[in-house]
Amino acid sequence: MKTKSIKAHLTRRYLFSASHRLHSDEMSEEENRATYGKCNNPYGHGHNYIIEVTVSGPVDDHTGMVCNLVDLDGFVHLHVVERYDHQNLNLLPEFASEVPTTENLCIAIYEIVKRGFNKAHLDKIRIEETMMNSFEYLGEDGR
Amino acid sequence: MVYLTRKAEFSAAHYYHNPQFTADENQRVFGKCNNPNGHGHNYTLEVTVKGAVDPKSGFVVDLKQLKDVMSREVLDALDHRFLNKEVPEFFTKIPTTENLAIVIWQRLAPKLNAAQLHRVRVYETPDLFVDFYGEACDRGAA
Ligand SMILES: [Zn+2]
Repeated sequence: MKTKSIKAHLTRRYLFSASHRLHSDEMSEEENRATYGKCNNPYGHGHNYIIEVTVSGPVDDHTGMVCNLVDLDGFVHLHVVERYDHQNLNLLPEFASEVPTTENLCIAIYEIVKRGFNKAHLDKIRIEETMMNSFEYLGEDGR
Repeated sequence: MVYLTRKAEFSAAHYYHNPQFTADENQRVFGKCNNPNGHGHNYTLEVTVKGAVDPKSGFVVDLKQLKDVMSREVLDALDHRFLNKEVPEFFTKIPTTENLAIVIWQRLAPKLNAAQLHRVRVYETPDLFVDFYGEACDRGAA
């Protein structure tokens, strides 16, 4: 069996901390409170987000790798971790008109990696907002 | 169809080196992992098998049997070994996490007769893991 025709999936975990407030301008104050509960508190709150990036592709014969971890780490640190770590998500342009739920954060990070990282195929982004909640996005044509 | 996952741990040493690369290339591609004296990891292995639940036993697979096959075919061969020097597959293949997952699949698949192997997941650290589903890559499109 030739190694290079074999496909593997590589997952790397990253961490950042950020604050957010869940609030939609399209809802009344009461509706916001009813929908988002504590997450609607006006001054916001924060999480330690764990981001899992899964990429896939043929395992290269010469390196034994789907992609070099240095490239993946470099990209994700520069374009994702640096962008969100110790930030207030509500103040970022991608959340100017969208509520910074972890669902929307998942989609935003997927789009960043999909658009900018070309060394392997992006399978999915998974985010653990807390130990109890996690979210996954596989793209629009995802399963 | 029910999926069953069994975990195991092993510790092993390795280093990354391609004899077809120059010393500089090896250093550039593999960085610290190129140190020929090796370094090690505590690996966690997750083996997932799938199958129909046997109406008599209520099992997908006899867990004892799965455990024995994993011990014999994988853990006895890899645990507390220097992968590049002691495991035949890695005399020629670079012992990356990707290749470990593939090699473990290739060792297990022919020995599991009751259930079908679904996924091999290898954690090199808690923050890095590889999944292998026995897939071949469609390279025509690339
Ligand atoms: Zn290593």
